[in-house]
Amino acid sequence: MHTPQQNRLPKTYRISAVKRETEQVTSFTFAVSLGAAPGQFIMVWLPGVDEVPMSVANDDGKKLQITFFAVGDTTKKLASLKKGDLVGLRGPFGTHYEWKPKQHLALIAGGYGAAPMFFAASEATKDKCTLTSIVGARSKEHLLYLDEFTKLPHTTVSVATDDGSQGHKGYNVELLAELLKAKKKPDQVFACGPERMLVVVSDLCFQHKIPCQLSLERYMKCGFGLCGNCTVDPLGIRLCTDGPVVKNDLARRITEFGKYHRDHLGKKHPL
Amino acid sequence: MNLSQTVLGVTFQNPTVLASGIWGITASGWRRVAANGAGGITTKSLWLTEHKGHPNPTIIATEHWTLNAVGVPDAGIEKAREEIGDYNKNPSAALGAGKPVPLIANIIANTVENYGKTAQEIVALKPDFLEVNISCPNVEDEFGKPFACSVRDASAVTKAVKAVSGKIPVFIKLSPNVDDIGSIASACAEAGADGFTVINTLGPGMAIDLRSRLPILANKVGGMSGPAIKPIAVRCIADVYRATGGKKPIIGTGGIMTGEDAIEFLLAGATLIGIGTAVSYRGGEVFRLVCEEMAAWCDAEGVKKISELTGGMHRALGIRD
Repeated sequence: MHTPQQNRLPKTYRISAVKRETEQVTSFTFAVSLGAAPGQFIMVWLPGVDEVPMSVANDDGKKLQITFFAVGDTTKKLASLKKGDLVGLRGPFGTHYEWKPKQHLALIAGGYGAAPMFFAASEATKDKCTLTSIVGARSKEHLLYLDEFTKLPHTTVSVATDDGSQGHKGYNVELLAELLKAKKKPDQVFACGPERMLVVVSDLCFQHKIPCQLSLERYMKCGFGLCGNCTVDPLGIRLCTDGPVVKNDLARRITEFGKYHRDHLGKKHPL
Repeated sequence: MNLSQTVLGVTFQNPTVLASGIWGITASGWRRVAANGAGGITTKSLWLTEHKGHPNPTIIATEHWTLNAVGVPDAGIEKAREEIGDYNKNPSAALGAGKPVPLIANIIANTVENYGKTAQEIVALKPDFLEVNISCPNVEDEFGKPFACSVRDASAVTKAVKAVSGKIPVFIKLSPNVDDIGSIASACAEAGADGFTVINTLGPGMAIDLRSRLPILANKVGGMSGPAIKPIAVRCIADVYRATGGKKPIIGTGGIMTGEDAIEFLLAGATLIGIGTAVSYRGGEVFRLVCEEMAAWCDAEGVKKISELTGGMHRALGIRD
């Protein structure tokens, strides 16, 4: 019998720390661990309002951190909470990034993808992996977790901003393209960020035959495999169970990847 | 051992059927579940027009039970046309059998008249069966007590759907949350129902978060499913089988986890076995696992055909009397 090690019943916890990362991005820390691995997500419940999936930014066995953009109704309300306020948590759900000790990993973080990429980075360095982290954002005000990435051992950090206000002027995938042309290629590439970025990463890694793991985002309702809302075409697999982290071979068989997604009613919308 | 059966002219390679509301929003999902070993697929409830569901949390679970108040969201008839059309162009081949996996289109509506209209639209898409959801406990705030709760309403919906369903068999999905499910079933049978799906979710139930003191589900209450409800489902199937003289095929569903659970449901009177919530307890491979476990039990007990088991409990009681 399958006994999930995931908690599927939300339980409220008091926020133990609040950090405003940027104007739109907030981090909450909770004095609880859900045993999450990098790439996994949890369902975050604002009692009386809604519950939304969020990638885990850190879980060290004692405390858990989430980092989120205040972009919709629920996240804006969440962003106004203070230390001591109650937030419901359950999980961890989904697949996680996987690596072997001592591998050389390239981590491509776009926008909000920096948090789960940092979680992967910090865990991978514990396994003596060497990292090339490429962090991208619209402008320097929107770069996330840069200090944290820089402090990790065995890590080279590159930055890309659309407007050139810091680092390379352009996209992080342009830096990845350069990296993949170099003599010493990474053993694996991990990516987390907007789907258009993931499509480019997927194509580059496919061309250069480098194993790659991508975090795919789709509308999620239950988070643990029942409702079917996160099912992708044409394979019919659920991204809460067979994702969100998927290997490139699988991602490239998801024909809707990079093209469309479905909403809470199952209706298609172009990306 | 032979797990296949023909039910009202439709062949099922094994008796497991994906229950409505689980994983069943798109043709890709239906095909994936069929590839996972399901003998039949039930779509998520289809509305004529767009219908929004409830905010989250909508599904919560412990080891023993699951509560859901998803609220039957659906994009409406256009999406149904697209997905059923897609599925029928390339119906999944059952594992190793090369035959299509039957599609049961589940429909829902808010008035008797709209049940008729919805049925008419869906029948045109040629599913193998129609399943009529008159028993969802999660839209009571919107529509009041489900149609399944009164003989008069259940009968009226059955008549309205049968008036337009043509050759497609109509299964009425019954609620356990009634005083006498047998009498509801008899009334539907008299109104022309070809079969029954027994049961929809139980309750509704509620779970409260201690610190916030709030109900966890956004809808406050939700239908209960999962292992804990199995005894209720078994009794309801037995009641419906008895009330309809064993003459109407029953898709028995509610708390099934294993092949032995499935055997129990067959003995109570089921012909087919609906599996839903178990997908989250045992994984997507639950259909294949349940079939393997059923076959193993039958082999050990000398049962050659799965259809022998349907209603076995009633015959055993009859022999005792």
